[in-house]
Amino acid sequence: MCKTATINKIIPMSLVDGPGNRTAIFFQGCNFNCSYCHNPETIKKCINCGVCVSHCPVGALKMIDGKAIWDENKCIDCDTCIKVCPHGSTPKTHEYTVDDLMEKIEENIPFIEGITTSGGECTLNFEFLEELFTKVKSLGLTSLVDTNGFISLKSPIMDGLVKAADGFMLDIKSMNEDEHIKLTGRSNKTVIENAVYLASIGKLQEIRTVLIEGHKNRETVENITKLLKPYPNLTYKLISYRPFGVREEFLELKSIGQKEKEELKEIVIANGIKVIDC
Amino acid sequence: MEIFDKVEDIKKEVMNTIENQSLTYEQQTYRLSKIAENVMDYPILKNDLFYEMYNKGKICDLDEGHAPYAPRYILPDYEKLLREGSEFLRLTPAKNLRQAINSLLIFYHHVPSITRFPVYIGSLDTLLEPFVDEVNDDVIEEIKLFLIQLDRTINDSFCHANIGPYETKVGNIILDIIGELQNVTPNMTLLYDSEITPDNFAEKAIKASLDSANPAFANLSYYKKDFNGIPFGIASCYNALPTTGGAFTLSRIRLNKIADDSKDIDDFINRELPKVVDTLLHFMESKIDFLVNKTSFFESNFLVREGFVKLENFVGLFGVVGLHECIETLSAKEGKTLVLGTDKEAKELGVKIMDQVEELVNNFTSKYSPVWNNKFMLHAQVGAANDKGTTAGTRIQIGKEPDIYQHIRTAARLQQYFPSGTGDHFPFESTAEKNPKAILDIFRGAFKLNMRYISCYKEDGDLIRVTGYLVKKSDLEKFNRGEQVSYDTVQYAQDPLNEYGILERKVQNV
Ligand code: SF4
Ligand code: SF4
Repeated sequence: MCKTATINKIIPMSLVDGPGNRTAIFFQGCNFNCSYCHNPETIKKCINCGVCVSHCPVGALKMIDGKAIWDENKCIDCDTCIKVCPHGSTPKTHEYTVDDLMEKIEENIPFIEGITTSGGECTLNFEFLEELFTKVKSLGLTSLVDTNGFISLKSPIMDGLVKAADGFMLDIKSMNEDEHIKLTGRSNKTVIENAVYLASIGKLQEIRTVLIEGHKNRETVENITKLLKPYPNLTYKLISYRPFGVREEFLELKSIGQKEKEELKEIVIANGIKVIDC
Repeated sequence: MEIFDKVEDIKKEVMNTIENQSLTYEQQTYRLSKIAENVMDYPILKNDLFYEMYNKGKICDLDEGHAPYAPRYILPDYEKLLREGSEFLRLTPAKNLRQAINSLLIFYHHVPSITRFPVYIGSLDTLLEPFVDEVNDDVIEEIKLFLIQLDRTINDSFCHANIGPYETKVGNIILDIIGELQNVTPNMTLLYDSEITPDNFAEKAIKASLDSANPAFANLSYYKKDFNGIPFGIASCYNALPTTGGAFTLSRIRLNKIADDSKDIDDFINRELPKVVDTLLHFMESKIDFLVNKTSFFESNFLVREGFVKLENFVGLFGVVGLHECIETLSAKEGKTLVLGTDKEAKELGVKIMDQVEELVNNFTSKYSPVWNNKFMLHAQVGAANDKGTTAGTRIQIGKEPDIYQHIRTAARLQQYFPSGTGDHFPFESTAEKNPKAILDIFRGAFKLNMRYISCYKEDGDLIRVTGYLVKKSDLEKFNRGEQVSYDTVQYAQDPLNEYGILERKVQNV
């Protein structure tokens, strides 16, 4: 059992991570490496090389016992550390035990209806999540998982997490295998399997796709909605690409036009799925 | 305080009013009558401590006028009007929607108040629902025209309508069209009770308020506990008052100014505050004496004669402002820097101060207001002219707001002192429109903490809630340029928006 998890950020009030008001928890570390990731520094874990420490203008970073430790109260969020990190990581994270994290969540009661775990890729911490969600439920709150769906949720070791979670929000980057590999470095097979599996057990809260000009958007939208047609009450978030926070080399990527988006929305609706335009 | 020593001064002020190009004809007429009223003496002795405290800013009578001849806030029994009609106005009982709306509009015209417009126009949905069998285009059109008529003729957004707690056809129609109408009048409150009000209706109300700053949410079950069976409504900014009655008068103390003159916390709590509170209580009582015994209102006005209001249901409102700065000043005198909203100790000091205010006010027994056990009601007043540097009620100063949860926790604790009204308002990023349920979650959380009154609006919308009432940013820009605007409230919004930083309220990022 992993005792702690590395948390990049906790947003006490989030109106954009599922239904109602939720506390969103972003885990550090991802098994994808998407070209257009908005927070690329959350992909790799810090290896405590110490390079960033001396660059911090306000002394918010220190090496203690071989670890890069971040003092949140001193930090002025200039993000110099992230820019200079040779490993594409960030020292601005904290290790949490489930109980520490529960304390943070409880501070937000009675204003939230639940939590959403995101990342990075939060399911890499599946045992941690299972324990967390069980405790969250005992407080009358719900737990949603925002995932890239790369780890098979059908596999027996994930069963506890799937049971403990109230729902999953799944990214469908591309239904075209080659494009998916180009975008993320990985196959889309498990992602698709997961989508169908979660829908079949009533735990697919939402799917979403980031729409980028020149991508096989239509193929993606058409194929996934056809596949999920048998499952009612699904929501599909169609997200126009915005270049905030992405790595410099991807700044020139553009969103699709509104006309194309409207066509895609029609496809979704025709397959009996609700659409949210973002 | 407007004191005219010479007839020349009066003439000058009359002339100023007549010449003023940014006032409408109605506004001029109102000002002229106010000048006449203020030629009279205050209803207190010339050597009353009141004057000194007034001049130091510790006490403020909100320029109500020297010789009040009608109660400040009137909440008539509109159900009675529709049920029985009015002899004086030659109105018969309403038999259908058109008659009901017609009777109400006629009646509103005859309801006086401090603003010369009705500050309470009733629970519109409850009033009209019995006349609506099915929703069709005609019904929607009638209600829409009714709302437009209100906005264009009641030229003052202190005019307040209530809806809820039940979901009704009329309530749904109103919420569906106010976004499109973008009216400043009436100000609206949803009487919300999570046990009664369906989620979809409440979410619709949140959506509407992001769009049009209306309606605000009142914690109905909490208010019901205070009023203990006495029928009440929300009037003016957010004032909870007995219906078939209202408020005689509202005056206020500025806690921060009292703190300026105190040596330390002990001196403030045990000497300065009691003196000021006592002076204001007696001032208010004299004013009510004058209104009840010397003027014609409670003798001859048709509202009284026909039983639309009753003397025993009127209360005196004891207003409080400037707690935020009071805490800063007092803590500085003790060598500390305490900020309300951020420091736990500041909140504790706030509670200590308000406990004392509450006790002092409740120790006073008035000859009037049997409805409220012959006590004055505490009221978190929202601010007026010359309030720069004084934060409304017990609110956290704009610019010093902590995160929203902390903000609400602090506000909820301090709102508890004010059965006759208080409120906090939160602008949200417009993305919140996609998830109204989330704001409902936050409001419900607030109500669980005994918050009384809360509202939201969209950061980049035209309509915003200023201190309690609504105003359009675009109208204020017009007024700033010297153009006429049809409603009075825009004048009151000028200082808050131009100078007190209402537009700088912390926007809730989603
Ligand atoms: S973001 Fe914070 S920790 Fe990083 S360099 Fe800037 S101040 Fe230091
Ligand atoms: S954040 Fe990067 S630079 Fe800093 S210690 Fe970790 S790996 Fe090294």
